[in-house]
Order: sequence, then C-alpha cells, then structure tokens
Amino acid sequence: MSPRPGFVLEVDRSTPSTLFWHGEGYRLEKLPVGSRVLYAPEPVDALPDPVGAIRRALDEPLGDAAPLRSQLHAGMTLTIAFDDVSLPLPPMRGPDVRQLVIEQVLELAAEAGVDDVVLIAALALHRRMTDAELRHALGARVFDAFAPHGLLWQHDAEDPDQLVHLGLTDQGEDVEINKRAATSDLLVYVNINLVAMDGGHKSVATGLASYKSLRHHHNAHTMAQSRSFMDQHRSELHSSNWRMGRLIAASGVKVFQIETNLNTDTFPEQFRFLQRREWEWTARDRAAFLASSKALEATPDRVARSIFHSIRAPHKMSAVQAGEVEAVHARTTENVYAQQLLEVEGQSDILTMGLPYICPYNVNSIMNPILVACLGLGYFFNMYRGQPLVRAGGVVIMSHPTPWAFHPGHHPSYIDFFEQVLAETTDPAEIGKYEEAFATDPWYIHLYRTGNAYHGVHPFYMWYWCAHALEHLGSVIIVGGDRAAVRRLGFKPASSMADALEMASDVVGRDPSITHLHSPPLLMADVR
Amino acid sequence: MKGLVFEHNLARFAASRLASVVGGSGRGAAVGPLHFTDVEPPELPGPRWHRVHPILAGICGSDLSTVDGRSSRYFEDVVSFPFVPGHEVVGTLDDTDARVVIEPVLGCLARGIVPPCAACSRGATGGCERVAFGHLAPGLQIGFCSDTGGGWSSGGLVAHEAQLHRVPDELSDDDAVMVEPTACAVHAAVAAGAEATSAVAVLGAGTLGLCTVAALAQLTRPAWLAVGAKYDHQRRWAQELGADEVIDPEQLVRAVRRRSRSLEASGTLTGGADVVIDCVGSDESIAQALRMVRPRGRVVLVGMPGRVSVDLASLWHREVTVVGAYAYGTEEIGGLVRRTFDVAMEVVAVKGLGRLVSARYPLDRFEEALAHAGAAGRRGAVKVVFDLRARGHFRGTRPSTKGPDS
Repeated sequence: MSPRPGFVLEVDRSTPSTLFWHGEGYRLEKLPVGSRVLYAPEPVDALPDPVGAIRRALDEPLGDAAPLRSQLHAGMTLTIAFDDVSLPLPPMRGPDVRQLVIEQVLELAAEAGVDDVVLIAALALHRRMTDAELRHALGARVFDAFAPHGLLWQHDAEDPDQLVHLGLTDQGEDVEINKRAATSDLLVYVNINLVAMDGGHKSVATGLASYKSLRHHHNAHTMAQSRSFMDQHRSELHSSNWRMGRLIAASGVKVFQIETNLNTDTFPEQFRFLQRREWEWTARDRAAFLASSKALEATPDRVARSIFHSIRAPHKMSAVQAGEVEAVHARTTENVYAQQLLEVEGQSDILTMGLPYICPYNVNSIMNPILVACLGLGYFFNMYRGQPLVRAGGVVIMSHPTPWAFHPGHHPSYIDFFEQVLAETTDPAEIGKYEEAFATDPWYIHLYRTGNAYHGVHPFYMWYWCAHALEHLGSVIIVGGDRAAVRRLGFKPASSMADALEMASDVVGRDPSITHLHSPPLLMADVR
Repeated sequence: MKGLVFEHNLARFAASRLASVVGGSGRGAAVGPLHFTDVEPPELPGPRWHRVHPILAGICGSDLSTVDGRSSRYFEDVVSFPFVPGHEVVGTLDDTDARVVIEPVLGCLARGIVPPCAACSRGATGGCERVAFGHLAPGLQIGFCSDTGGGWSSGGLVAHEAQLHRVPDELSDDDAVMVEPTACAVHAAVAAGAEATSAVAVLGAGTLGLCTVAALAQLTRPAWLAVGAKYDHQRRWAQELGADEVIDPEQLVRAVRRRSRSLEASGTLTGGADVVIDCVGSDESIAQALRMVRPRGRVVLVGMPGRVSVDLASLWHREVTVVGAYAYGTEEIGGLVRRTFDVAMEVVAVKGLGRLVSARYPLDRFEEALAHAGAAGRRGAVKVVFDLRARGHFRGTRPSTKGPDS
C-alpha cells in the first residue's frame, strides 16, 4: 500500500486533542473548533537495495559528470567530504547513510588504486564531532581505517593553512574553502537531504567554508530575503551559495556530488504514536503516550534529555543520486518535495507549533533558548513554499519549556550572546554590531578548534535565521517556557495554550484563524 | 535617654550568630548582646571635644556583622565594651546647633597621642597605629568605643573637633548620612589606582558597591566600569550612577572575559580586568575577583572580609596585588591632597546619593530595622537608617522596590 499523502484536518467538536511536542515531552492540546491541523505525508518507501542503488548512482551520474569509477586513478588525491552531526535528525539507526555511501566510494577508489584519500567532516562553523559520533556516521570499518592514521579530518574554518581563497563572485563575495578539498584531484561530497534547504552548492560552499566566506550569506539581510530558504528559487541564501558554487567549479575544483534522500520515518516503535494521527491511535498508542508522559513528568530534565537523545530514528534511504551538483540537487529537491509537500489553502492569523527536543545544533546537547527560537522561527516557520502559513502581522505560538540553560562545552558563545547581546536588542539587523567581536574572540576560536564548541559567531546565525519570521510576525508567544528566558528572547510567555490564544487576540482579534503544524515528522506547506 | 548598647557577652554572641545563620543577616539582634536600654550621654574626654545629637544614623555591613556575631576576632582588641554602635552619623552640635557629619576614625589626634603615629602624620587616619591606645578606651571608630558613644542613641555621642565636618545647606539629611560610606568608596576608588584606560569590575551593588561606582564614575572615569548586581533595583542604580555594564554577579566573569578577550585556564581568565573591587568580602567574591583580574592587576577589598578560604595560587602566579580599602583620611587626586570627606561630600551632592536611603526606623524598632538592613537587597532597599528626629515614631518609608528613576 502506498503511503498516504499529507492531510489538512479541520477541528470540530469530535476531534480528539492534538499532540504538541514540548521539548523532552509532549502535551495534548484542545484546539478551537475550526482550527486547521497539518499532518505530514506518511514516510515514502525505503529503497529495497540501498547499496545497489548507490552503486548505480555512482555508475550513472546525472548532468555532465562522468561515472565515478572513470574519475578515479592511481596517484590521484581524493577527498571525501560529508555532512556533519547536524544531520539527520534524530540521528539514524546504523548503518548511517554516510557509511553506506562512503564505503562504496572507497571500494571504487581501492579498485582504481587510489591511495591518497582523506575524509573531511564538513563542519562549517559547527562543533567538531566526537569520535563516537564520527564512528556512528562512518561505521567502525571506515573510522578505524582512517582516524588512527590522521586521514579523518574535521574542517577547521579558523586554520589559515587549511584554507584557500578562490576569488570573488560577481557580487564581490569571498569564496574561501578547505584547501585539501579544493586542491584534490577530485572532491566527493556525501550529503544527507532531510529538508529542501540542504545540499546543492550549499554543501561545499557552506560546509567547507571559512567565516570570511560565510558572512556573505549568513547575515540578517540575506536571511530576511530568503522566503523561504526551503525554496531555493526564492532564497537569497541559496542564490549566494550558487554563485559561490559556480565560482568553485570555475576555479577548477572538481566536485562529484552524492545526495541522499531519507524518508520521514522518524521515531522508533515505542514512540510510534508521535507520527500517527491522533484519531488513529490504537490502544497501544494511547498506553504508550500515557505511560511515557507520566514517566517524563517524574524524570529530571537531564535524564529526560539523555533518554530522548538516545533515540535512533528508523530513517531509511529513499533515493540516491550522484554527479554534477546542480543536476543532482534538482532531483533531490524533487524527491524532498514529493515526500514532504502538503498543499494548504491560504494563510491563517495564528500558527501554532510544538517544538521537540532536538534541532540541527543540539544533537547530544541542550536545546538552549536561542536554539528554541531558531527551530521555531528559523526552521518550522520557513517550512513553506509560496507564502508563510501565517499572515503578515500574525502570531506564532510555540510550545517548549525553553529553559535558561546552555551546554557550556558546545555553546559557550551562546551564553554570552544571550547575556549580552539579547539583553540589549533582539533586532537581527541591530545585533550585527557585535558580530565581529564574537567571530574573532580568541577564546571562542580556541574552543571551536580544539574542543567541541560551535564557533563564536554561530548564535548570531541562529538569530539571523529568525530574521524573516521576526520581520513578518506581529507577536511570538511561547507556552510553558521559562518566563525570564522567553522575555529575553523578546517573546511573550504564556502558561497554557488557552492563555496564549487569549494573548494573541490582542494582535489578531478575537476570532482568529488558526493553523497547527503537526511536525515532526517533517512536512513542508505549499501555501496557495 | 534611650539607645542601643552592645555588651560583651560570649553566650549571646554565639546565640546571635546562630540566629543569623538560621534567620538571615540582621536576625542576631533579637537574641544577641545588643539591647535597647537607658543610656547616659558620654562624658566629653577633653577640651576640643563636642557633643553631637544624631539626626540619622546608618546601619552598615560591619554593624550587621557585629550584631550577627560574624565579625572577625581580629577586632577584639580594637573595640571596647559596652559600646553604642553607629558610625554613619549626621547630627547637630550641642553647642552651635550646626549640622555635621562624623569622621568616626579615632586616630592619634582624638586620642591625645603626641607625636602622632606615622599614618596620622600623613593624614592617613584610617591607618592609625594607635587605635587601641591613648586616653580613650580602645576603639577603631566612634561606634565601637565605650568612651565616645555612637549614633544609635538619643543620648548622642562625643567627637573630637578633627572628626567634625560641617554639612553644606544644599545637602539633605539623607545626603549627609551617606557621606561616611561614600568616603569609604572614595578611598577605595583612589586605592584602585584605575586610570582612564582601565577596565574596572565591581562586585556587589549594596551601599558600598553603589557608592564605589559613583566615586569611580566621578573621580576616575575608567574606560569600562562593569558591576555585578544581584537585584533589579541595584542594577538600575548602578546604571544611573555611572556603570557601563551592569549584570548578574554570576555573569560578571564572562563579561570581563568578553571585554578583555581572554582565554581561560583552570577556571581563571588569562587576561582580565585591570582592577576588581570586591564590595562583598566573602570567600566566593574574593575567589571570583582573583578569577577575573588580569595578571599584575589589582584587587581591592572594600567589603569587610572575615576568615576566608581562598586558593591563592593564581595570586602568586599572576602577581596580583590585593589591597584592603578601609575608611579614609586624605587622598591625592589630580595632584591635590584633599580630605576624603570633602571629596565624598562632592560625590554625594553630584550623584544625589541621599536617594539611596530606602527606609528609616526609630531606635525602638531596631530588630525590624536590622532585619530590613540584613535583607536590603532582597527587599528592594539600599541604605537603612535610624531616624532620631522623631523619637518613638516610625517615619520610615516602606521598602522600595523601585529604582532610581521611579
């Protein structure tokens, strides 16, 4: 039976309560009659033979690329870059798709007698991955073959000896990327595509870039002009990356792009109710919901966090394509849209969303308030094509505990950003005056290069991610959050959904239209 | 005449300590060696002494330490019992009715010691070497000496003419009662040795912390003046009095790190502030000061510490100078040598520090007054004083939860 498409439910009196994610937990909320609830399409089918599909993709590349095996020869330098720990979400059950792909690339390289091979985690300004995370992503065999010999690198955007400046785009944007990748005879990039924003020229132009390069598109102006950045044809973020990608190609860097689509099979069996529609819950689903809710209520935050971060998603690869970057990415994006798009008629006054425990930047870490804002206003708000789900001047209501808590090892500059910058202004256009001080702070640079810390400038990027939403919305309300933390974000705290709707009426009137984004699993609204 | 008298009673001293531990600062008054009782006006010790009738008398952190049985045993030989506390005093002279503030240190001049000690000869009376000697009973200040009385008594006190400072008409009584703590702050600001290019961090935003901010802002104007303040009203005051950045005390080290662009090693900044002024005086605050002062920088202890346990390895390794800042005398500012109290009066006038007086109590409600002072930050107050103008009648303001511009 083929998977069912997404579904727009109109709430009536008989509609059961709707599940809202709430950090390391979830709540059932009764939405007003007439509200719309957007349910994601069911996960598409997994490839029956993923290894075979990978081999075919490598042998039958898209665009003007030659088959990978024909590009490999003894004496060449080969670099294989791969997406970092921010993908997929949640981390997938082994074998990770990166492992499957890289093993096939390495087999072909071995057959061709290539012996100068380096693997690079394309971190951009993300934190370095731990050995355990690398081992999970690459598999023990690859990790053990490369890491002990110093052939498994993590991109260092702050090491001038590891960077090369390839020139300026026609818009004057610096293109500075990893030198090993740029000077290899072939750069193979292994991507995981979970949302439409990922992949394409963004893989190399962002993942292997320096701050000098990234600042051209990771800024308030570009993000506000990306409407949305899940729609690359209306995204200034992508336009900039595409200009850079083309310059990289024109500079002689040979990129062989491998992109994979994962299906949206997000939660394991014991949490299966999280991706089912509430009226279809079985007795077992209801029991699982009740038991886990009660257990979580009595569980300390730290333990609950640990439980959720141990979840391994049953994601499966649904497609793989390889070859020339743009041709590959066009196919990948088609696949993403085919799986995630849900047609929605018109905007609403209020958009509600329940935010889960995880986003791309807190894997095995704490979802701090800045990441809460970014997940809600950066990611979920932007999960649209056409126009936002909520009208200009409307209200977003997010449900999340939003603790005033940070992981000091992963997010040190976030703490300072929260204490210093957001205490003064929450305007994305205004915070830029602090950016350079954070970006060049030697302590943050030290922690980024030697520890597992996000780069000093990263919290600014998270806030720029929110720029479009902040410009668009009349108000943002967080239900059940730490009140001081919520206020520091410039949002309004509410203790319940009913209170939040009451507060929203000050902005959108007393009879607002309401849409709830029932996600994850991921869905992208095609708003007409 | 009624007044508060502190007696030497070890059992009650211990009880007050226990009460303050259980009930909080200021709670030692109910069970300790402090009594509200009949007092006789003190005798004039000599011809150049004057009788002073207090108008307002402040409650200081050192008073609270005494009342709570927490003061260091170091002071045992430099006080004499029984004594009437109260050294932050504005009053009127018995003979001329002129308004004066008291410079309470009992140095060589007051003690009739000739020739004066080296410190007093230099005008540094706060460093007097003879506070336990001479014709007066031991006592480092009025308010700790059995011969002079103190401000917490309607019977008044006696002060040597060298200790009297006329209050200009433009200063209110509230302003005037803030002169003594401000003089301590002026002395600390000078002791800090900060320059116009310096980064200065102040820990604590009670009375002393806020007065220190005011003094630094007016006298030194360092390039960056950051304050760690726990409560909202303290933050608003610190901002108004001249701080560039006011933050939660827990965030102060991070703010200093950002400013100095330091790295960190062993929990200590590799760089840091040029000067850290500790207006708290606890183990934690001194340790925090050492964490955030730069190598060869200076830590000034303004808040009265007692016995503390602090790891001094970083002090040794980074050649940090730690100095105490107690009381006053004369200061060299801009090449001129001036009496600290004169400078303090200017700071009080310019900054309007009388506004820091948050509540006034009659003497007979001393338990409430001391409890209020002990919980001043939490209760939205800064300076709590005894009001001796209307005896037995509470004229006090309610604790304010509002800030400087409310």
